[in-house]
Amino acid sequence: MVDITPADAVPPAEVAEMELYHPHSWWTKYVFSQDAKVIAIQYSATATAIGMVALVLSWLMRLQLGFPGTFDFITPEAYYQFITMHGMIMVIYLLTALFLGGFGNYLIPLMVGARDMVFPYVNMLSYWIYLLAVLVLVSSFFAPGGPTGAGWTLYPPQAIMTGTPGGQDWGIILMLVSLILFIVGFTMGGLNYVVTVLQGRTRGMTLMRLPLTVWGIFTATIMALLAFPALFVACVMMLLDRALGTSFFMPAIVEMGEQLQHGGGSPILFQHLFWFFGHPEVYIVALPAFGIVSDLISTHARKNIFGYRMMVWAIVGIGALSFVVWAHHMYVSGMHPYFGFFFATTTLIIAVPTAIKVYNWVLTLWRGDIHLTIPMLFALAFIVTFVNGGLTGLFLGNVVVDVPLSDTMFVVAHFHMVMGVAPIIVIFGAIYHWYPKVTGRMLNETLGRFHFWVTFLGAYLIFFPMHYLGLMGVPRRYNELTDMTIMTESAHHLNSFISIMAFIVGFAQIVFLFNLIWSIRHGREAGGNPWRATTLEWQTPETPPAHGNFGKDLPIVYRWAYDYSVPGAKEDFIPQNVPGSFAPSREPA
Amino acid sequence: MSVILVFLLVIAGIAGWWLSHQRLMTKPWLEQGMIGDFVALDRSALPTAKIGLGVFLAVVGCLFALFTSAYFMRMALSDWRPLPIPPLLWLNTGVLVLSSIAIQCASLAARKGQVDMVRLGLATAGLTALVFLIGQLVAWRELSADGYFLASNPANSFFYLLTGMHGLHILGGLVGLGRTSVGAWNGAQPQRLRLSVELCAMYWHFLLFVWLAIFALLAGWASTLIDICRGLLT
Repeated sequence: MVDITPADAVPPAEVAEMELYHPHSWWTKYVFSQDAKVIAIQYSATATAIGMVALVLSWLMRLQLGFPGTFDFITPEAYYQFITMHGMIMVIYLLTALFLGGFGNYLIPLMVGARDMVFPYVNMLSYWIYLLAVLVLVSSFFAPGGPTGAGWTLYPPQAIMTGTPGGQDWGIILMLVSLILFIVGFTMGGLNYVVTVLQGRTRGMTLMRLPLTVWGIFTATIMALLAFPALFVACVMMLLDRALGTSFFMPAIVEMGEQLQHGGGSPILFQHLFWFFGHPEVYIVALPAFGIVSDLISTHARKNIFGYRMMVWAIVGIGALSFVVWAHHMYVSGMHPYFGFFFATTTLIIAVPTAIKVYNWVLTLWRGDIHLTIPMLFALAFIVTFVNGGLTGLFLGNVVVDVPLSDTMFVVAHFHMVMGVAPIIVIFGAIYHWYPKVTGRMLNETLGRFHFWVTFLGAYLIFFPMHYLGLMGVPRRYNELTDMTIMTESAHHLNSFISIMAFIVGFAQIVFLFNLIWSIRHGREAGGNPWRATTLEWQTPETPPAHGNFGKDLPIVYRWAYDYSVPGAKEDFIPQNVPGSFAPSREPA
Repeated sequence: MSVILVFLLVIAGIAGWWLSHQRLMTKPWLEQGMIGDFVALDRSALPTAKIGLGVFLAVVGCLFALFTSAYFMRMALSDWRPLPIPPLLWLNTGVLVLSSIAIQCASLAARKGQVDMVRLGLATAGLTALVFLIGQLVAWRELSADGYFLASNPANSFFYLLTGMHGLHILGGLVGLGRTSVGAWNGAQPQRLRLSVELCAMYWHFLLFVWLAIFALLAGWASTLIDICRGLLT
């Protein structure tokens, strides 16, 4: 063991304080703000707004699938556009932006004990470029030909051909430009998140004392910084193919009896680049969720997290492994069987650290003092949903099982469970948990419980039946299946049922949005630390935290983030910045 | 995709080396109070801006490694016709090396506090970088005059794409250099000036390295080298 100096209070910082930018006007305080907390709220609000667009698009899709032939305005082209925009918005503009831009910006400086991000100006630019990316994306709805309908994977050659909506119009160009802008903006923010964790930590906050939320966001950001360039490269090259007639991805094609000017390109090259980004992206969304859930469970079960070190190693291990599994999205692309074998193996190996995390969450709950608060309900729901989605991942990770299931609704059910519903549920839990810190007021409890039960049970009722549809062989991406023999009458009934559930779950989200706005003024006063949590963001002198976060002196950290229910301590939690030691920790482990 | 995997392996090596110094084996639940030499553990002694630039350069490196990966994969297809490398590129390379040397001189001068030398170095570096960019544009015009257009062959497309991306990064560097120069002429704090000159130098050397790698790739030496390695392995 390393030597420990006596656990007494240490005089305040001798380290030079960072210069803090002080806003001079309303504009620089609330609009062009360099304060990470304001930027976090801007990111979250923008992501939520565009996420509502994606929610409506999913409703429109379910209208068509549940009641085919009833709605004339949903043409096959429009259906493809809805699919594409729904997927792209949810994965990139909502989940990535909300976890890293929203929670990352709000929580990193507060949790590591910093006054702000290390490069506040770049941080501000990051948001405005993100907003520009969103606006370009939205503009494609109004462009001639409408948005692209290429599917969220944008596979060439179809993505830039005449038959695909937006392929020869503005849709695909605006999509690619928007993605490029998003990546540029994200890189600016990502640099901040990484370097703030590296250099912004307050005294005593060693890496192994960081809350797991910070570990999750930190690792996910590093992955995103290394994975998004692959999407960038793919977008730039496809843009050249579309706009200037190069043939990076485009093979020789005869379209409507006419030979196109392209020739010799490789669509598989695009798939490699896309999934080299696309698979890490799954974990870019999942790792922050893992981290946040660990903190929610520990706080609301009043018990230290089980196996903290193992949790950290698992996060780092998952981050590294996720870069060598990408081709499991390409089992049916005609690749060499040995490649399939390799990628199936790595895919199944990644289940090991993931399973360790699940066991540790459950063991943290074991004999804990579980408070079934709303954040805790969402955390528990996450464990169930994630395990469920993860298990179908084991099916799809095996080549022989994947080939018949490929392109069926089973895949749709799998990825919605594991990277749609599961992370979104964590986002909800996290909002219920940190809303009192952001606004100083609690969210309404009754509305919250209504929101939880409808969302959790409803999401299950949407996506669980989809597995059965997939096993029956119902393909994805088809807007109408009325005349196919696989579509039995019961399958049609199931589809209508799923659609109705989708409307109910969507409605619950509107209740949630109402709660968010209503509680700003009418919620119960929360006080500084309503959950009696240990981490630094709950120890700020003011709630909501003022500019600069921590008053005159930065906090000094004396312990890890999980001192809950320490025997011999006065209260059942000891904040990280409280000096002094307690009996059991002195005993050998 | 082997190039990018090798690149990521290097990054993972650096990250692993750094993590191994962060006491990942400790049991934080047993340790209270201030731990040992906390200053060294808490943060690096390097200036934060340098670490930020280092992380950014890793991202840029990742970008070019991915382009290289795509280059090799596309090159393996049958319609690839290599294009002749304009001799002007040798001159451009020389100019870019000069630029790097100039900015290194500026950096050394900044360390000694010789503001005049810093200004000279920065001006030379900026001018030579501009000359490099103009040289690249002239090379583009020569190629298209000879009928090597962007879309006529994938080798040409990659040539324009890679040199273009590199040129854009140089342009971005010139913006940073411009800001540093404004500081150098308006009497910025010596400490601050030194840091920003050193940041410019880091970026310049990195882009020189990227250019040499791209040049080797476009001229075909890189693939020869890989063939030799592959021959040794099999």
